[in-house]
Amino acid sequence: MSTLSERILGAPSGEYVDHKVDRAYVHDGTGVLTLETWKQMGSLRLSDASRLYVLFDHIVPANNSTTATLQHELRDFATSSFLQLSDIGGGICHQIMSEGVVLPGEVVVGADSHSCTLGAFGAFAIGVGATDMAAIWLTGETWFRVPESIGIHLTGALQDGAEAKDLALSYVSKLGMDGGSYCALEFVGDGASTLGMEDRLVLTNLSVETGAKTGLFYADEITVRYLARTGHMVQPQVPESCTYIRDLEFDLSDIVPMVAVPHRVDTVKPVQDLAGLPIDQVFIGTCTNGRYSDLARFARVVKGKKVAVRTIIVPASRSVLTEALKTGVLSDLLEAGCTIGTPGCGPCLGAHMGVLGEGEVCLSTANRNFKNRMGIGGEIYLSSVATAAASALEGEITEPEGA
Amino acid sequence: MQGSGHAVCLGPDIDTDLVIAGRYLRTKDHGQWVAHIFEDLDPSLASRLGGAVIVAGKNFGCGSSREQAAIAIREAGVVAVIAPSFARIFFRNAINIGLPAIECSLTCTEGQMVNFDLTAGWVEAEGKKHPIRSLSPRMQEILAAGGLVNYWMAHP
Repeated sequence: MSTLSERILGAPSGEYVDHKVDRAYVHDGTGVLTLETWKQMGSLRLSDASRLYVLFDHIVPANNSTTATLQHELRDFATSSFLQLSDIGGGICHQIMSEGVVLPGEVVVGADSHSCTLGAFGAFAIGVGATDMAAIWLTGETWFRVPESIGIHLTGALQDGAEAKDLALSYVSKLGMDGGSYCALEFVGDGASTLGMEDRLVLTNLSVETGAKTGLFYADEITVRYLARTGHMVQPQVPESCTYIRDLEFDLSDIVPMVAVPHRVDTVKPVQDLAGLPIDQVFIGTCTNGRYSDLARFARVVKGKKVAVRTIIVPASRSVLTEALKTGVLSDLLEAGCTIGTPGCGPCLGAHMGVLGEGEVCLSTANRNFKNRMGIGGEIYLSSVATAAASALEGEITEPEGA
Repeated sequence: MQGSGHAVCLGPDIDTDLVIAGRYLRTKDHGQWVAHIFEDLDPSLASRLGGAVIVAGKNFGCGSSREQAAIAIREAGVVAVIAPSFARIFFRNAINIGLPAIECSLTCTEGQMVNFDLTAGWVEAEGKKHPIRSLSPRMQEILAAGGLVNYWMAHP
């Protein structure tokens, strides 16, 4: 009996396999180095351009002429070589790949650590660096060590005030920053079927923060319906009984709002323990929490009110922004005093568009709060959208309603 | 593969943002990455890295997949990185650019000489040999070739 990773890779845990890569993607950050390395490999051969994606999300639009020149070169190459290109404003690579591109059972490799996000579809999705990606451009395959799996067993359903992000921070806290090293996290149990695709993407997104290779959900009826809306007819994956090297259990009804405090993602406290902590900036976005449901949830809280601190909202993709425009969520956010950024990663990696000043505190819905990540001397607290919304209105860390 | 160098001791969970910050990534000039290596952790580290063996705590290289972190360490003159465990992307990146990443538990004394023999499977410090976790056959080949670029040049 196999874990989902073993089933997709076709070998038992611990074995090394060479496997075809169904989708391989880079962004403007890792793509430049991938291109440079691929050229060094000499043959200038591309395995199959229809499976290779280049998605501009990290510094969009370019912040200076050096970045612009590097992006120009990558864009030119992607266009002339017929790679699948998503230019500035399209959105975050993981988000675009989640909007009807990645399908259950596929092997997906991204040159970004949060490529594990796509495991939410029952795909085997991992992050690599530029040189591994260059070799994939060349050959269309790579080697994998089939991971052991940790079972995250979910029961119950999330209650008002709690979000998938709170569960994600809870499991990262329990496993620690290396508790999942070299392993895959499998999210299973009755509670999994209460979580929509957007919730699942949050949970798989943070798996790398435990050192895990990836996180996976089995494709079920929710996955099938989500992908049907994007024009793909897929079959659910039926779980087999299998052995996990470690099991964690979470009753979703016990999950309460949590915050990760600087400078570690696994240092997590209940929001109520930090209530009243003054903040300078709220950031809603990223491959963790920049989806339409996140923007809508934030808008429901702040509609008709004014945020008390500067609030930067960066939609995860053009589709997210377009939907927010159509439903009126965007005007609710603007009228509440929020600033809207270009779809992409925004200030998450500290490159531009909302970096922090010395001593400033940001409450962010992203996935990393490493020292200086969003700006030298800045402090990052990570929370759910509901906590960020309640806090934006008060100008200090505040428990969301219903908690 | 053998090597040696003086130990530079680092703690656990060193993330790749600390190796090279995001604000310095957008260039092809590898010298820029070396110039700012470990700047947010300890700016004085850079001057001690030439010919060094980094001996770190667990989970070295966690966080972002940025290969610039491994490149900066290699270009700063570091001979090898030793840690009880590595974040898996950094681990692959290091081997892929020909930088030995050695899984071994070692108590670090700043400046002590550390010798290693990857073929024989040990790290030696202060006269004592410590076993290492061996690389997969494929990774051994890649490292022996000096990295994945050279490996593919030899296996076109």
